Amino acid sequence: MINEAAVERHSALAVETRLTVNGHAHTLYIEPWTSLLDLLRENLRLTGSKKGCDHGQCGACTVLLDGVRVNSCLCLAVMHDGAEVTTIEGLGGETHLSPMQQAFVDHDGYQCGYCTPGQICSAVGMLREGHVKTEADIREQLSGNLCRCGAYPNIVAAVKHVMTAAAAGEGGAQ
Amino acid sequence: MNNFQYVRAADLSGAAQFASSRDGVSFIAGGTNLVDLMKYSVVHPTALVDLNRLSLHEITDRPEGGVRIGALVTNSNLAYHPVISARYPMLSRAILAGASPQLRNKATTGGNLLQRTRCVYFYDPAVPCNKREPGTGCPAKEGANRILAILGTSVQCIATHPSDMCVAMAALSAIVQVTGPSGDRSVPLADFHRLPGEHPEIDTVLSKGEIITAVDLPATGFAGNSAYVKVRDRQSYAFALISVAAGLEIVDGFITHAGVALGGVAHKPWRSAELEQRLLVGKPANRNTWHDFQTALLDGAQGFGENDFKLKLAPVTLVRALEQAAHEGETI
Repeated sequence: MINEAAVERHSALAVETRLTVNGHAHTLYIEPWTSLLDLLRENLRLTGSKKGCDHGQCGACTVLLDGVRVNSCLCLAVMHDGAEVTTIEGLGGETHLSPMQQAFVDHDGYQCGYCTPGQICSAVGMLREGHVKTEADIREQLSGNLCRCGAYPNIVAAVKHVMTAAAAGEGGAQ
Repeated sequence: MNNFQYVRAADLSGAAQFASSRDGVSFIAGGTNLVDLMKYSVVHPTALVDLNRLSLHEITDRPEGGVRIGALVTNSNLAYHPVISARYPMLSRAILAGASPQLRNKATTGGNLLQRTRCVYFYDPAVPCNKREPGTGCPAKEGANRILAILGTSVQCIATHPSDMCVAMAALSAIVQVTGPSGDRSVPLADFHRLPGEHPEIDTVLSKGEIITAVDLPATGFAGNSAYVKVRDRQSYAFALISVAAGLEIVDGFITHAGVALGGVAHKPWRSAELEQRLLVGKPANRNTWHDFQTALLDGAQGFGENDFKLKLAPVTLVRALEQAAHEGETI
């Protein structure tokens, strides 16, 4: 599962870094040029976060860093010593989908699914930020997440559903 | 990305000392531009000094009525800060017109000032670029220059500064606070970025080891009459083709104070306080005034082919921003 042996001291430049990922605490020795995305995927085997462009343009790598949505491909993992990271795997699983995951299923908010983990993490982060009131706001505030299949109308519908349910007090905003 | 040493700065003087005593050291804060440039092999720092543990995260009131923005305040926290959105609305609008929410959550005030041009030749190590490798040439002048400059260019470089935030800060007469091996100094934002001239590889007036600690805004925020108009190829998440930050103070239909800056046209936010004094202050807030001002401000503009459209787009965007600022809040 979590393969910390693979994150052993690789070089003299490796830096001790403590990260809590989806509730699990890790002490890792990380080469400074390792992106948070690569650490998650290659070392911690959390492959839900996707490497689409690797340049902060597509949003497929979006995770929640101390609760805030960021592009994990542009984060150097060593810079986040002490941080809490939540990936799509940490939001929910097959037997316990989070409200946002369930809404994407219910509204068919994807086709190929590649951008979906980033879309969902971004949408959860967006609702926590609390600046979204209208459908136009949702589109603007999710513009950092590209969907090559063009599932945007259904993505907006899914997010709107969760936002409306949260406003009506039907559970959390996630 | 090349290998590099990573150092967590414990204090400003130690960080400045480390960077000034070695070659090839970069400071890093949000990293949203620097890490990207390293991945493209455009820059190759030998060491990164992480500034994030320094106490530069606050927005505080200043005794003279302005505010001080710590260099590590994120673009999101700055744009949504109640003092900024209420008293400096054009700055909030400018920031929110740039990048994506994920990038704004990470990018910092100091880093935004230091972001590099998005000229495609600068970003491609396989082709010549005087900014990336001095003396190799500038293919942009005869090439893909749709997003590039029409003002203040040089034979060596026609790059544009890509920031939205800096355009609003220029119009607001912001002051950049800097510390370094030679002590502290204050640099007006208008003088912080350079024109390319003979040395397009140098973007700003910062010297080796100098660190941005804050940006100060004066008391005047143009909260009553301001606008940020950004024209781009798609409606969200795109760099400006032309942007205008315009702030006016108007009494009885006449302008008493003005700050106007353009983005997407030059190597730095384009502003002329002298032209504002001569052609805006004391003049009626109407289209004749806008016309005279835009004609003077854009004097000498030159296109390079693909970006010729900016010669027509810049004046109309300027007029639109001034008109919008002058009539802000009015019911038509």
